[in-house]
Amino acid sequence: MVDVQHYLVVSAALFSLGVIGVMFRRNLIVILMSLELMLNAVNLSFVAISRYLGSIEGQIVVLFVMVVAAAEVAVGLAIAVAVFRQKGTINVNEINIMKW
Amino acid sequence: MFDLVWLIPVFPLVGFLINGLIGRNFSEKTIGWIGALSVGASFVVALLIFQDLLRLAPENRSVQKIVYTWMLSGDLSVPVGFLMDPLSMIMILVVSGVGCLIHIYSIGYMHGETGFRRFFCYLNLFVFNMLILVSSNNFMLMFVGWEGVGLCSYLLIGYYYEKQSASDAGKKAFVVNRVGDFGFLLAMFLIFSLFGTFNYGDVMSAAPEKLAPGGLMVTMITLLLFVGATGKSAQIPLYTWLPDAMEGPTPVSALIHAATMVTAGVYMVARCSVLFALAPVSMTVVAVIGGATAFFAATIGMTQFDIKRVLAYSTISQLGYMFMACGVGAFASAIFHLMTHAFFKALLFLAAGSVMHAMSGELDMRKMGALKGKLPYTHMTYLFGTLAIAGIFPFAGFFSKDEILFYSLQRHFGFWLLGAIAAVMTSFYMFRSVFMTFYGKSRVEPEAAHHLHESPPLMTVPLMILAFLSLVGGLIGIPILEGYHKFGDFLNPIFAPAKAILDHGVHHAEHPSVAAEIALMAVSLGIAVFGLVTARYMYVTHVQASDRVVEKMPELHNLVYNKYWIDELYDYLFVDSIVKFSKMLWKEFDELIIDGAVNGVAKVTRGIGSLLSYLESGLVKDYALSILFGATVVIGYLVLR
Amino acid sequence: MEAVLFYALAAVTLVSGVFVVFLRRPVHNVLFMILAMIGLACLYILLHAEFLAMVQIIVYAGAIMVLFLFVIMLLNLDEFVMPSERRKVRYGIGIVLAMMLIVFLIPASRGMLSGAGPASVPADMANLTNTEIIARELFTTYLLPFELASVLLLAAIVGTVVIGRKSAR
Repeated sequence: MVDVQHYLVVSAALFSLGVIGVMFRRNLIVILMSLELMLNAVNLSFVAISRYLGSIEGQIVVLFVMVVAAAEVAVGLAIAVAVFRQKGTINVNEINIMKW
Repeated sequence: MFDLVWLIPVFPLVGFLINGLIGRNFSEKTIGWIGALSVGASFVVALLIFQDLLRLAPENRSVQKIVYTWMLSGDLSVPVGFLMDPLSMIMILVVSGVGCLIHIYSIGYMHGETGFRRFFCYLNLFVFNMLILVSSNNFMLMFVGWEGVGLCSYLLIGYYYEKQSASDAGKKAFVVNRVGDFGFLLAMFLIFSLFGTFNYGDVMSAAPEKLAPGGLMVTMITLLLFVGATGKSAQIPLYTWLPDAMEGPTPVSALIHAATMVTAGVYMVARCSVLFALAPVSMTVVAVIGGATAFFAATIGMTQFDIKRVLAYSTISQLGYMFMACGVGAFASAIFHLMTHAFFKALLFLAAGSVMHAMSGELDMRKMGALKGKLPYTHMTYLFGTLAIAGIFPFAGFFSKDEILFYSLQRHFGFWLLGAIAAVMTSFYMFRSVFMTFYGKSRVEPEAAHHLHESPPLMTVPLMILAFLSLVGGLIGIPILEGYHKFGDFLNPIFAPAKAILDHGVHHAEHPSVAAEIALMAVSLGIAVFGLVTARYMYVTHVQASDRVVEKMPELHNLVYNKYWIDELYDYLFVDSIVKFSKMLWKEFDELIIDGAVNGVAKVTRGIGSLLSYLESGLVKDYALSILFGATVVIGYLVLR
Repeated sequence: MEAVLFYALAAVTLVSGVFVVFLRRPVHNVLFMILAMIGLACLYILLHAEFLAMVQIIVYAGAIMVLFLFVIMLLNLDEFVMPSERRKVRYGIGIVLAMMLIVFLIPASRGMLSGAGPASVPADMANLTNTEIIARELFTTYLLPFELASVLLLAAIVGTVVIGRKSAR
């Protein structure tokens, strides 16, 4: 029997990896992937705590997170494609037209 | 019939609505007759109710009809209610009767004017408000009418609004009236806080118990009421708007600024006779102001050349008489004079309007003269009005004015003297206007002389009716013979409580003998005739005489001719200072402080915004960084806590 | 046995995560991402969440990651060379903050819950499988959010189509 803390530690480590990815990488696609990594880390802790509490709600939430993630990825990738068509780059440091 | 009293004000309102809302394509005739007949219908209803009222026993002649509850809030209950008693009946009859005649006259007079429909709308609205004013049974509803007539007066004075002077005069009338209304409002608040009701009957019956005679409270209430009256009725010190109000069309001057609206103050004082009777100080103030106004306005009237202004000052002077009568306790005489004055002053104004009509709008009496032959009806009627106002037996003014002088003498010799001198001057300036206009040598400019013509019957018939009333109107109140003063007997029940308070504890001199009364009448008549003769001497037989008088005392003439520079004084004292103060507020306070604050806030916000905009790089990474920073701080706080 | 499996799966997942973040070629990132997803799915099985494990593989590994691959190949991004980073300071701050997050999160996770949980499954559903329990909950208690989720997906589809159109007007 593995303690729930172990899962949480894995989850925290995975989440921080995602954060590092978002901060470290400039490729829009990779940033999106890092976001997915963060979402998955959170999912893991949801499932672990659901198990710990013997309640099914955690798993239900995970299901909805997946729905949202799928939607986010679809829109995010569509934006990435549109940006690439417009600017010829997916370097987020060159995409700064969203300001006054 | 009493249940139908609400019809009286409703008829003119309906006329106003019909003309105002759907009268766009009506012909002038239709509009005019709708206006006139709606007022005429009110007059007929009023006559029927008057008959019913006469059938009641004199002590029961006070009928209230509540139509519906207008305001109900806590202790405050204000109904739309009508009071039918001799006082309000007389006012209603005068307003609707004279109003109807003036409406008919206006159809002819206003013929071809651009704002014909507008004129009749306002006129009907005015009559509606005036009828509300005089027929309501409480102060609140009276105030509605009070403000309503003020509004209509403003609208009608500024009828020729393209003319700067006319729109200025309208504004002046409105603003000056506001000063008086302020006093009236305060008095109403005091009355409500004291009595908890606005109903006349309740207030008057409770007044002797709740208010100590001569006490501060009652004095304050009555003085404030009187402030309201001075505004509406053009008394010192708020009279200055009335002469300027002559910028309006002449029928307006006749209806509003002579016969009806300006007498609202007198009506109000008479309505509150009990309160005034409880406050001797206020009575004295009323009498002194009234007498002073009568005298003061008459002096100005003697020097004016504008025929309508002469009549305007004469109106102020006659209103002063009425207040003097109120002040000496002769309320019935005041109302009597109010009624006769409505007849002859309306007549004079309308006749003057007829002259104007004939002279293509000329008002200056120096450019008239010898119009007698050209305008026979106008001349006759104007002469009748003059005889009436001057107080020549047996015209209406003789009886009413004599009665006022009689009661003034009873009160104090000074009042009588003031009144008598004013009467001499009244007689003088009125006959002066007659002689300058209709007699002597023609000074009409050749251009205008071409067009000289008598007015159409639509105008002369109302003139003749009014002239007839000016002749016989006084006969209902023959003063000497007790029992023949029908008018006084009719009104006295209303003023009995006030009279009882006034007579209480005062040792009255025995009733003056008939001989004394006749002597006084003779003196009055003599006064009038003296004025007539002097005017004839100066303006017909010895034309140079008036100029010589002017030359002898140029300063005095200058002073009076310029109306004692009261207008200029007020401009200097109040208008200019208020304008300056307002300008100061505008320039200093509004522009610097208010605008500065507003703009300053905007500037500060913009400054902060432009500083903060450096944070908005448009780069996703920077935003992610700030989110991460926030998340780290929150989680760090939770962990390290 | 469970512990061995857990440590092995955790190691696979975390190492794959490191590769996802630090490899330079996007195609490699995606492939390691799929590996991480599979590791997570196995962890779910360890946690007796079999349904989620399957969904994880089908939706994430199967659909979403393939979508990433499509886009990378569509735009031919694998050879894309980034210019060198010019915002060194912010870059540094970001990394430092992310490290701090690790420092904060891991001890927090360790200290939060201790020991085994109270019960593994709700008592009244002891005889049901994981999938049945989720289905029952999803179509009763969470029916409204479930339907809303479908609306969200529909909106995402519409949005994607609109944004991705070749000539936006």
